[in-house]
Amino acid sequence: MSHLVFLIPAALLLGLIGLAAFLWSLRSGQYSDMDGAAWRAIEDDEQDRRIRRAERESEGG
Amino acid sequence: MSCCNAAGSAARDAAAGGEAAADAPRPAGKDEMLAASRPLAGGAVETHFAVPAIHCGGCIRAVEGAVGALPMVQGARVNLSTKRLAVTWRPDAADPDAIFAALDRIGYKAHPIDAAGADGDRTLKRLILQLGVAGFAAGNIMLLSVSVWSGAEGSTRDLFHWISALIAIPAVAFAGQAFFRPAFAALRRGRMNMDVPISLALVLAVAVSLYETAQSGPHAYFDASVTLLFFLLIGRTLDHVMRERARSAAATLQRMVPRGATVIAADGARVWRALEAIRPGDRLFVAAGERIPVDARVLDGEGDVDCAIATGESDPIAVGPGGELPAGALNLSGALTLEAVKPASQSFLAEMMAMLEAAESAKPRFRRYADRAASFYSPIVHLVAFATFLGWGLAAGDWYRALYIAISVLIITCPCALALAVPVVQVVAAGRLFRHGILLKDGAALETLARVDRVLFDKTGTLTVGRPRLLDAVVQDPDLLALAGALARNSRHPYSTALTEAAEALEAQAAPPTLNAIREVPGSGVEARLADGTAGGALLRLGRPAWALDDAGEDRAGVALSRDGQLLALYRFEDAPRAGAAGTLAWLEAQGFEPEIVSGDHRDRVAEAARTLGAGRWRGGLQPADKIARIQALQGAGHRVLMVGDGLNDAPALSAADASVAPATAADVGRRAAGFVFLHEGLDAVVRALDIARRARSLILQNFALAALYNMIAIPIAVSGYVTPLVAALAMSGSSIVVISNALRLNLGAGRVTRALDRQGRRAAPAPAAPAAPAAQPRLEGAA
Repeated sequence: MSHLVFLIPAALLLGLIGLAAFLWSLRSGQYSDMDGAAWRAIEDDEQDRRIRRAERESEGG
Repeated sequence: MSCCNAAGSAARDAAAGGEAAADAPRPAGKDEMLAASRPLAGGAVETHFAVPAIHCGGCIRAVEGAVGALPMVQGARVNLSTKRLAVTWRPDAADPDAIFAALDRIGYKAHPIDAAGADGDRTLKRLILQLGVAGFAAGNIMLLSVSVWSGAEGSTRDLFHWISALIAIPAVAFAGQAFFRPAFAALRRGRMNMDVPISLALVLAVAVSLYETAQSGPHAYFDASVTLLFFLLIGRTLDHVMRERARSAAATLQRMVPRGATVIAADGARVWRALEAIRPGDRLFVAAGERIPVDARVLDGEGDVDCAIATGESDPIAVGPGGELPAGALNLSGALTLEAVKPASQSFLAEMMAMLEAAESAKPRFRRYADRAASFYSPIVHLVAFATFLGWGLAAGDWYRALYIAISVLIITCPCALALAVPVVQVVAAGRLFRHGILLKDGAALETLARVDRVLFDKTGTLTVGRPRLLDAVVQDPDLLALAGALARNSRHPYSTALTEAAEALEAQAAPPTLNAIREVPGSGVEARLADGTAGGALLRLGRPAWALDDAGEDRAGVALSRDGQLLALYRFEDAPRAGAAGTLAWLEAQGFEPEIVSGDHRDRVAEAARTLGAGRWRGGLQPADKIARIQALQGAGHRVLMVGDGLNDAPALSAADASVAPATAADVGRRAAGFVFLHEGLDAVVRALDIARRARSLILQNFALAALYNMIAIPIAVSGYVTPLVAALAMSGSSIVVISNALRLNLGAGRVTRALDRQGRRAAPAPAAPAAPAAQPRLEGAA
């Protein structure tokens, strides 16, 4: 019985952390553009593009 | 941008092409822009634009890059789901036209929309929040319940029940409000809906479990009630997402109707004034390409006016001083000075709105499947539960046990599957329609469309694309056509646009000659001098035969090209049928829908169009009220009518019909009145929508049958008192999963009609304005 004193609060706490994380993501607008987020994930950002260009140039030269 | 040009260009062309022709986009003035913006701290404002052509990752980068590079812009963010662009910019020293210009350069049309409405959807946020809380509670309580089911006893079980109660009571109190509120509202009006038995089951389940827990009883239903709530909230959220998506998509289509106009003040100054502030007698200035804001009379200037959206007539009308114009007409050439005749509240547009509301209220009431199921289902369930209570009480004499079993009946019959049966199917159907470029306004539209047995079509803009096409373009002398195209390029009259397109399609071998002193004569045509080296050069005219030709004795129709008053060529035009129009009519005829054309255009023109399209039934010269009368006559004969139309004059008919479809190029009011809006050019969208609606209907009915089957098994078990919380949890989850899986079948494999359309689409790529439609006819018939 005594281990339940730790296990149950621990389980509830983990659940609450999950809930809090979900609420935070909801508030910060992460669900407002699901289609856009799917595309943005595969876009190169500026730094990646610069690195890739540098690699190409070094291979060529 | 490469993928934009390849994959989605059809959608964009349809949207952009339609817009260019029907509603020449006009950069909004700074006043208008600021009125639609939201001020931010530090002097910047945030403006939202609808950019309908955005559809992929490449578009996001192109649009954000182009707009973000402007010096006055602080930030630009695209929302792909809603096809909107939010721009933060400093208005103090900036010209907002630069934003439009930047988008135009990379090929996107944009128009500002009200930032106030783009604030986000509060109801959805609340539903997702409730869904999150219910999901958290369901997971944790299930964790504890599994221990109880697997044999926890005595004080351990009591402890677990108490912890469950601690989680379940606040969770149900908060997340259950999505059902309690509508249930309470319905009861107060003496009505019944699906929320009433749901709320009752939830509240009773929690109450009886709390009592059991306090009594150290073996069974508590906290897990069942919270899991139930979680499933039901999924259904409710999906339903809401679907409606919201359709609503925001429709809002994105909305172009800036003239919310104001340029008024000429007494001292001659030109000021922009909001629509409501325009009084009868005000002098208005309307440039070429703008819409007439209120019903008005022409004071000065001449020009051609396109009244198609108001009257359904396809030919532009030449107006001069004294002519009356309805609100919404598009000024094609020449600047007009007008005198407002009526205030905006009494304009033709407002008249149509009043007629629309009257038609809406006169329309036969349609009760949604879910409501009908609820009114049939709730009394039975409550009666069974009450009978169980009486039966057990009288037979065994243990009234607490009788109450407990009666409540377990209520819990297990709670319409979990029933509440998911309709929304899940409709969300899947809306998704399918969306992929075919058809927007669905709400679930009720889908349900009524499935029951339609008569179809009425408007002509101009619906069966036809609403813009003229040069007749016999292939047999024209290419050199003369190139010359006509060079002249026509200087006018925005629909005939000129058609000539320019035809000339460009020639890929003219000879370069068109150089022209000097090009001048558009509003109401007549375009004239220019041929730059052939000689002084002055020959006078070329393209336009009305009576104006272009010296010898105007006979009354000739069409557009004449003349040189020094001598006829060079005469061009005639027709309104091109929409792609798939004839095939759609043939399919509907074969399926017994008896399609009929109801048009406001002249009888002769309607007859001609009906002959080209192979339509047997048609009526011409109809006023908006006549269209409603026709619909009501059919409804009176027991038919359910689908109206397909686009004009302002169709809007009352669209709302009078049981179901309605409008193309995206339709007037704003028409689009708002219609249950479905299709974005692509082809009219086969009507067939697709009908097909999907019918399949969705049969899936909904199947789901109801599955839910009934589930209850037929579950109710006897519950009534005989064998339901434990474990049985309840398994039964309810099982039935929900079955219903959801059945709904997803709509995505598996296309229906016969859709397959036929896809085959046809693969064989012949849809060529807008090409006579591909008649060829499609036998194939469709064969498939049907």
